[in-house]
Amino acid sequence: MWLKSAWSKPVVHLLCLLPLAGLVWAGFNDGLGANPVEKLTHETGDWTLRFLLITLSLTPLRQWTGQASWIRFRRMLGLYTFFYVSCHFLIWFVADHSLDPGSMIEDIVKRPYITLGFSAFLLMVPLAITSNQAMIRRLGRKWKTLHRLVYLIILLGVLHFLWLVKADYLEPGIYAIIALILLAHRIGPIKRPGARSSPVTR
Amino acid sequence: MIRIKKRWEIPESEVTPEPLYRRRREFMQAAGTIGGAMLLNPWAAAQAALQIDDYQRGVVTLDEELTEEADATSYNNFYEFGTDKEDPKRNSKRFKTDDWTIEVSGECAKPGTYDFEALMKPFPIEERIYRLRCVEAWSMVIPWLGVPLGSILAGFKPTSKAKYVAFRTLYDPVRMPGQQRSVLNWPYREGLTIAEAMHPLTIMSVGMYGKTIPNQNGAPIRLVVPWKYGFKSIKSIVGIEFTETQPQTSWNMAAPSEYGFYSNVNPEVDHPRWSQKRERRIGEIFKRDTLMFNGYAEEVAELYDDLDLTVNF
Repeated sequence: MWLKSAWSKPVVHLLCLLPLAGLVWAGFNDGLGANPVEKLTHETGDWTLRFLLITLSLTPLRQWTGQASWIRFRRMLGLYTFFYVSCHFLIWFVADHSLDPGSMIEDIVKRPYITLGFSAFLLMVPLAITSNQAMIRRLGRKWKTLHRLVYLIILLGVLHFLWLVKADYLEPGIYAIIALILLAHRIGPIKRPGARSSPVTR
Repeated sequence: MIRIKKRWEIPESEVTPEPLYRRRREFMQAAGTIGGAMLLNPWAAAQAALQIDDYQRGVVTLDEELTEEADATSYNNFYEFGTDKEDPKRNSKRFKTDDWTIEVSGECAKPGTYDFEALMKPFPIEERIYRLRCVEAWSMVIPWLGVPLGSILAGFKPTSKAKYVAFRTLYDPVRMPGQQRSVLNWPYREGLTIAEAMHPLTIMSVGMYGKTIPNQNGAPIRLVVPWKYGFKSIKSIVGIEFTETQPQTSWNMAAPSEYGFYSNVNPEVDHPRWSQKRERRIGEIFKRDTLMFNGYAEEVAELYDDLDLTVNF
């Protein structure tokens, strides 16, 4: 099965870097349009949500396919999510707020959609920091509890997007529906019987 | 900063000793290699952005750098052709404006359906360089070619009951595929008070950057009201109605708490969800301060002397 093969991780790394490569290429080839700052902000935001949804899909995939190996990619996908959200945040802080923390904080306090987005970003920081093996060992059972924050983060992220749209709710709506399906999957009664305890039996 | 030659204060005879606006056949000769079908109707070929040779240069100018033409014609909010900024250019390529007519109705002595070309023919075309400030906090500087709206409206002889002017965009989901989704309540509608409509800064634009107006920018004819957020400057107009009561406007219908009837550019009144204090000029990275009435306070502030702009946003 290719999921377990030695080259699957390098391939996933390459796939995760493709959006970045695309944006860098576009940046050097006049491909970001008339408002490159807005384009980069939107693209990195979109990719953050997409990576977060993919990361959250791995556990359901394990259960639906009976392949435990999906979980091998969870940490790297989570960290790529953090990478894209960091780009998203930095572009906004630098270009929209000219690196002025006061102006940034005013925006965070005053604009609910930014409050949500910034909270989601802040909550992702501890998850990124505790994603290495040493921290997993050190935190023990608490690690799992801490990383359940991701369920809150996806909700904040989707609301952040829904709340900033002017009239066309199609794209954030699709993300919201996928997020709700993935979250619903984690609520006990919806799970398929037996899926939780023995994911590799089917 | 803004220099307006107040030609409306000068007798017509002094301003235009001879017709500056050559007739369409003449400027078509200058266009040279353009195909036969287009010769019959140059406005219909707006997608080819024909050269307009004769216009009064610099009727209103601005000491600010013009936005690149390529940016102004590829970064557009024109939901009739899609909601992404690049959609209008891509989805309006085959949009034809042949035999364009404008229906004039309501409180006026001369209602009727007017042929667009015939309607515009008597008026000299003026170049007016205006700031354009979008409600999304970006801005451009665009050299429009157009005619004061007041001159056009006067020809319809509005009655004393005409307190407002309502405008309507074409509704044709086949030609305007964005209308196949009900993102807004089509057709797109906008409106002005009669005083705003008659204000000398308000124009009907038929061109930009020395050419006929591209489809994605609102061919063949659009409104330009430089002191209001861009969505007030309705595109591809097919209807003008004089009304006694305030007309409905599309964004106000979509979100009344966010988009008022007036929608004057005002850095002091935020959009409920985002700040209007600053804007990103297209072509720049960092934001600049937004000016009251988009920098046209001297010309238009008096229109709103009696209004609380926080309530009438």
